[in-house]
Amino acid sequence: MAPSLVAGPTGKVVARRLGFALILLLVVSVLSFVLESLTPGNAALEILGTNATRAQYVALDKKLGLDLPIYQQYFNWLKAAIGGDLGTSVYSGQPVAHQIAQRLPVSLSLVIGALLASSVIGIGIGVISAVRGRAIGRGVDVLALIGFVLPSFWIAAELIVIFAVRLQWLPATGYVPLRTSPTEWLRSLVLPVASLSLFCIAAIAKQTREAMLDVLGSVYVRLARANGASRRSIVFRHGLRNASLPIVTVIGLQAVGLLGGTVFAETVFALPGLGSLLVNSALNHDLPLVQGVTICFTLMIVLINLVVDVAYTWLNPRLRTA
Amino acid sequence: MSAAEAIQSPVQWHSTFGRRLLKRPLAVSCLAFLVVVGLVGVIAPIALPGIETQHAGNLLQVNQAPSWDHLLGTDQLGRDVLQRLLVGTRVTIVGVLEAVVVLVGIGVPVGLAAGYLGGSFDRVAMWVVDLAFSIPGIIIVILVLSLYPENMPAAMVTLGVLLAPLIVRVTRSATLQIRDAPYIDAARVSGLSGAFIVSRHVLPRVSGAVIVQVSFLAAVALGAQAGLAFLNLLVPAPAPSWGGMVQDGTNVLLIHPWLIWPPGMAIALTMLAFSLLGDVARDVSTELWSPSSTPKKRGRRSAPKRFAAVPQVETSSLLSVQGLCISFDSQAGPVLAVDDVSIDINAGEVVGVVGESGCGKSLTLAAILGLLPGNGQITGGRIDFEGRDLVHLSERELRGIRGKQIALIAQDAMSGLDPCLRIGVQLEELIRRHTGNGRRLARRRAVELLAEVHLANPEQVARSYAHQLSGGMAQRVAIARALAGEPSLLLADEPTTALDVTIQAEILDLLRELSSTRGMAVLLVSHDWGVIADVCERVFVMYSGEVVEHAAAMPIYRSPLHPYTKALLLADPRDSDRGQALNSIGGTVPHPGEWPVGCRFQARCGIAVSRCAESKVRLTNLPDGRSTRCLRVEEMQA
Repeated sequence: MAPSLVAGPTGKVVARRLGFALILLLVVSVLSFVLESLTPGNAALEILGTNATRAQYVALDKKLGLDLPIYQQYFNWLKAAIGGDLGTSVYSGQPVAHQIAQRLPVSLSLVIGALLASSVIGIGIGVISAVRGRAIGRGVDVLALIGFVLPSFWIAAELIVIFAVRLQWLPATGYVPLRTSPTEWLRSLVLPVASLSLFCIAAIAKQTREAMLDVLGSVYVRLARANGASRRSIVFRHGLRNASLPIVTVIGLQAVGLLGGTVFAETVFALPGLGSLLVNSALNHDLPLVQGVTICFTLMIVLINLVVDVAYTWLNPRLRTA
Repeated sequence: MSAAEAIQSPVQWHSTFGRRLLKRPLAVSCLAFLVVVGLVGVIAPIALPGIETQHAGNLLQVNQAPSWDHLLGTDQLGRDVLQRLLVGTRVTIVGVLEAVVVLVGIGVPVGLAAGYLGGSFDRVAMWVVDLAFSIPGIIIVILVLSLYPENMPAAMVTLGVLLAPLIVRVTRSATLQIRDAPYIDAARVSGLSGAFIVSRHVLPRVSGAVIVQVSFLAAVALGAQAGLAFLNLLVPAPAPSWGGMVQDGTNVLLIHPWLIWPPGMAIALTMLAFSLLGDVARDVSTELWSPSSTPKKRGRRSAPKRFAAVPQVETSSLLSVQGLCISFDSQAGPVLAVDDVSIDINAGEVVGVVGESGCGKSLTLAAILGLLPGNGQITGGRIDFEGRDLVHLSERELRGIRGKQIALIAQDAMSGLDPCLRIGVQLEELIRRHTGNGRRLARRRAVELLAEVHLANPEQVARSYAHQLSGGMAQRVAIARALAGEPSLLLADEPTTALDVTIQAEILDLLRELSSTRGMAVLLVSHDWGVIADVCERVFVMYSGEVVEHAAAMPIYRSPLHPYTKALLLADPRDSDRGQALNSIGGTVPHPGEWPVGCRFQARCGIAVSRCAESKVRLTNLPDGRSTRCLRVEEMQA
């Protein structure tokens, strides 16, 4: 997170972050365009295969605008993208934006679920370990290490073995939309969310513990104690409130990481979300779709950063009232 | 960084780092494990030819559990899991190496340049770094793989580029730390080129920080490599890879759940080796940067140790500290910081405790409230307050006393207020707790308290945050907070030290006024004789954890009976004549644990004689109620 971007009152922060976001989106889209132009072969080749005539290639190139110089192609794409048209999937022929819209709710459920679960559990463990001494603190360190070294896709597979195959408590794979059945929706999300959360829980708990220990050792907490503040007030009102800035930072970072994590969770649990869409379109070399999903992920990261920055100004009176 | 350390040659530091790292058994086992993995990566594909292109093994022996023939069992196509695991090591290690080479190759030079050159290059570099942190790493790599299918170098190089900013940041900050070190300056002055200085002097010194970060990022790269292989995006079938083998395992999860374990554990253990190596390297690195620092202990108030009970002295005092001893645990054993201190204060009285920093004054105050810092412990004496010995109260009982009967204000009032809460909220919290009043009453009382400490606009102050107040206002607020529980004793720990002289006088006036209108006793700790003389009726002088003199304020001011008191008075700037050189006491207060035998002031004393060093000097009680810890009291009186 860029500390240089979080000075000044909320409006200014939002404006600055939006400027940054615009640049980020441009960079990612230009990047994907340049990479694409460097690759041998093109969409016409992908669509027509190798058995078409040269005239057919040229005609399709023209139709897709692929005969134009690369910067013009980019501006055409950009113009369309701003209007919500991200092109058409080479593989399925469907509009990219439509496919993304269809799959977005699945990924959002997954990411928001994992974020909620890991924030609540992580902050809880962090606070307890800060207040209750070293043994739990060491436990958090071990948990963080395990969460870091065990790949989420491996955890996902093992969760299926334990909870779906052996215990048969939860479905192994698949997704039930919220509208079809809220309880089944929840049940279909438990294991994917759990597979993504272990690392997040550990990271959030670790940060919470460190931030809490810092605050609990501060002069103002010592004076609040000396003048009779209650234990609960020390831990929650003074402690957690002041520790919240680094905690929000780490939650923001975890949210960005979770977007990447959807790729694995959705693949293992066969969830029809953006992550599995990205993997499938990459396996099919469906470039417009890959590009669209990438832009969509970047947009979400921009949004997460924006929320984090607004949370900063909201949580830190020095930024709000400066 | 100490001067001695700054002079130490960086090259020497570099080799020390390596040697210290190799002294840690954990680091050695991690390195050994990684070397074995590397060797397997080199040898296995040569020793086991044909595995990489093997589509199927013995189809009559599919999905077998581990046996003597197949130590790790077979997969769904009857291939030996162990062989595939060993052969698949190479692609994993090569992928990690590709990413690491790129991220070091980009990150270290850019970070060194940004840190060493500074200026606009630094700004642009840091801006790009910020940008890179917002780019979704694994997503971009998948984008690259959709353009260059199953092209591992392309993927891992991209990953290296995306991770390089982390190295840039670490290298830059390590460079910034030493850019202005004396030996770098010396090299610059002697006309050496920037490139030479950086490669010869800066690079070795930042390498510790870089190694820590690289070993962590190697683990990240391994995780990413395995993940991409798991998604079938990286390694063309049938060639084995650890991630790909987990994928194979998930396909037969229902019938053969064992299959994900060997590759999963291979990934986890290798990542573990990288990250543990990084952890140990960080420990070693910080140890070298600050060799004298002992690990910081965040102690909780531990139960007081059993010590010989000090008989209670009949006293009419409000608070009576008798024979208080405080010690801290250090690596060399317990160190006494406050030694046999006795202090008393009557109801409504203002009493001063004076002495230089490090004499144990603040520790004594902290002990009264049961809030000793770190692993400090009361190891002797008693603290009688309203018929109870505070030393033996439980934390819960002490919480009932803090604020309600004994309150505290401290030196830097601004940092003593919670920066995130409005002043009113901080006061209301304590008022409600101490009085049991409801929110509305507490709010009104908070504003009243702020008016009582003569804040001009109490309502506005109640709505403010600490950072919006001046230092003097903050100290008034802190006093108002201390009054919330209507305490009978206020402990004031250097309450005016951080303030301007005019504000100091106002705060002291306020304390005196509150003491007389409320009948509240004030125990005022200060190193400033002027502050003490201004408001106190009686004075205790402390030196090196002991009370060295005690008397009423005026007599001690006119005729000090301890050389230390006299020296302190002479060093008071307010008493010096204009234009005259300021007196100061030569030498420093000896640290706890370094106290000499006999009088602790002897080394700085003008009238010390040989018997001052013979044995512990006792406090002599004089007929007029004064006492002093000096063997030459007759000479002092003369």
